[in-house]
Amino acid sequence: MNGHLDLRHDVDAIVIGGSAGGVQALHALLAQLPADFPVPVLVVLHLPRDRPSQIADLLATHCALPVREAIDKMPLEQGVVFAPPDYHLLVEDESSLALSMDEPVLFSRPAIDPLFVSAAAVFSRRLLAILLTGASADGSEGVAAVRRAGGTVWIQQPDDAVASFMPAAALAHAGAEAVLTLKDLCERMAAA
Amino acid sequence: MKDQEVELFDMEVRLLIEAVYLRYHYDFRNYAVSSLRRRMRHAMMRFGCERPSDLQHRLLHEPDVFAQALQYFTVQVSEMFRDPGYFLALRQQVLPVLGTYPSIKLWVAGCSTGEEVWSLAILLAEEGLLERSLIYATDINPESLKLAEAGAFALDRIAGFSRNYVAAGGKRSLSDYYTGAYQGVVFDRGLKKRIVFADHSLATDSVFSEVNLVSCRNVLIYFNRGLQDRAVGLFRDALVPRGFLGLGSKESLQFGMHAHDFELCVPAQRLYRKVVA
Repeated sequence: MNGHLDLRHDVDAIVIGGSAGGVQALHALLAQLPADFPVPVLVVLHLPRDRPSQIADLLATHCALPVREAIDKMPLEQGVVFAPPDYHLLVEDESSLALSMDEPVLFSRPAIDPLFVSAAAVFSRRLLAILLTGASADGSEGVAAVRRAGGTVWIQQPDDAVASFMPAAALAHAGAEAVLTLKDLCERMAAA
Repeated sequence: MKDQEVELFDMEVRLLIEAVYLRYHYDFRNYAVSSLRRRMRHAMMRFGCERPSDLQHRLLHEPDVFAQALQYFTVQVSEMFRDPGYFLALRQQVLPVLGTYPSIKLWVAGCSTGEEVWSLAILLAEEGLLERSLIYATDINPESLKLAEAGAFALDRIAGFSRNYVAAGGKRSLSDYYTGAYQGVVFDRGLKKRIVFADHSLATDSVFSEVNLVSCRNVLIYFNRGLQDRAVGLFRDALVPRGFLGLGSKESLQFGMHAHDFELCVPAQRLYRKVVA
């Protein structure tokens, strides 16, 4: 089924993590999603802590779906939700998200692991996790948790990534259902 | 729907939480599950427990393990003048209003290790209001309260605190308020005269005083919707008419049942005022 994952019907949420080089990759990826895409998309991107995040605005111009910055206990709706600066983004239950101010994970807050792990606990096999380019080991535990719970993981091919360390580390740690170039990932999004 | 492994884990966490409540009267039953799961995993790792039920066994029978585990369940580290814009808004828009009252009571709910309490005391001192103010600093964690009351912070955190202080409109130098000691600094005892540190639970206790301002930042994110409603209800009942409520920068009343009891007065800084019915 992994090869033929129908993003409209087989998953209840998509979580995406990226670090170094992630802004451009996300830009490309989110631009593919059609305006009527019925599944919530949750994103953690590592950004310098003291820079106010304009990323949501930046991406909104190229994304047909509404792009919002997460607020605690916000309902989980169709559209793209970003982790706010300096908070971890978590999935609380099927219909809402939560924030956390717990310690940074591998020097990052927001971090990818807490999002992926919390989403896996709620959506188990009806979750798609995508790990993009990055120079951190964040995401590896998350990928492992998603796969353990029966969810699907797509990882950007390390050779294709601006920074190969993060996708390579996650692959080595937990593997994936598919290892894809950004172009292939975009095509899968566009087919949704 | 839920994965079986997760379901079992959640079940054990619920039992542990119930055990903690019965044994020690700390009530985490309505905490947000997403954070609870994370913190439970960290505590399990710390105490070398494979399952929540193993940890439960230790917590029930070893009170000092519970005291240590409490740090994992509750503590979050803040900064002095964290989100300087919030403290600037307090200084410029809230304190001038509070200054019209003959005496001022402020409540820092969930004060943790006290960074924001001391910040508030400095703010009040600089605006000439500290002498007629009383700050209630409350938390459920006795270890945190002890640290908060000591007003001692590690040296390597001071540079960040000073930057925040300046950005929050500080009128002097932060170093005017502390003296060096060992590996850290200790804040001026004079500031503490107007602070009362007390044990109080937003989950189980009730209103203890009438206050002009409640500051409760990044505490509600750890509660589920029902417990958030309870806490905000306490704030509403404690506040004087048109009293102020300050939340964390990504917290909102809009998803709770008391949304209509408050209006935003400084939207960018999540400062609310109680609406007069």
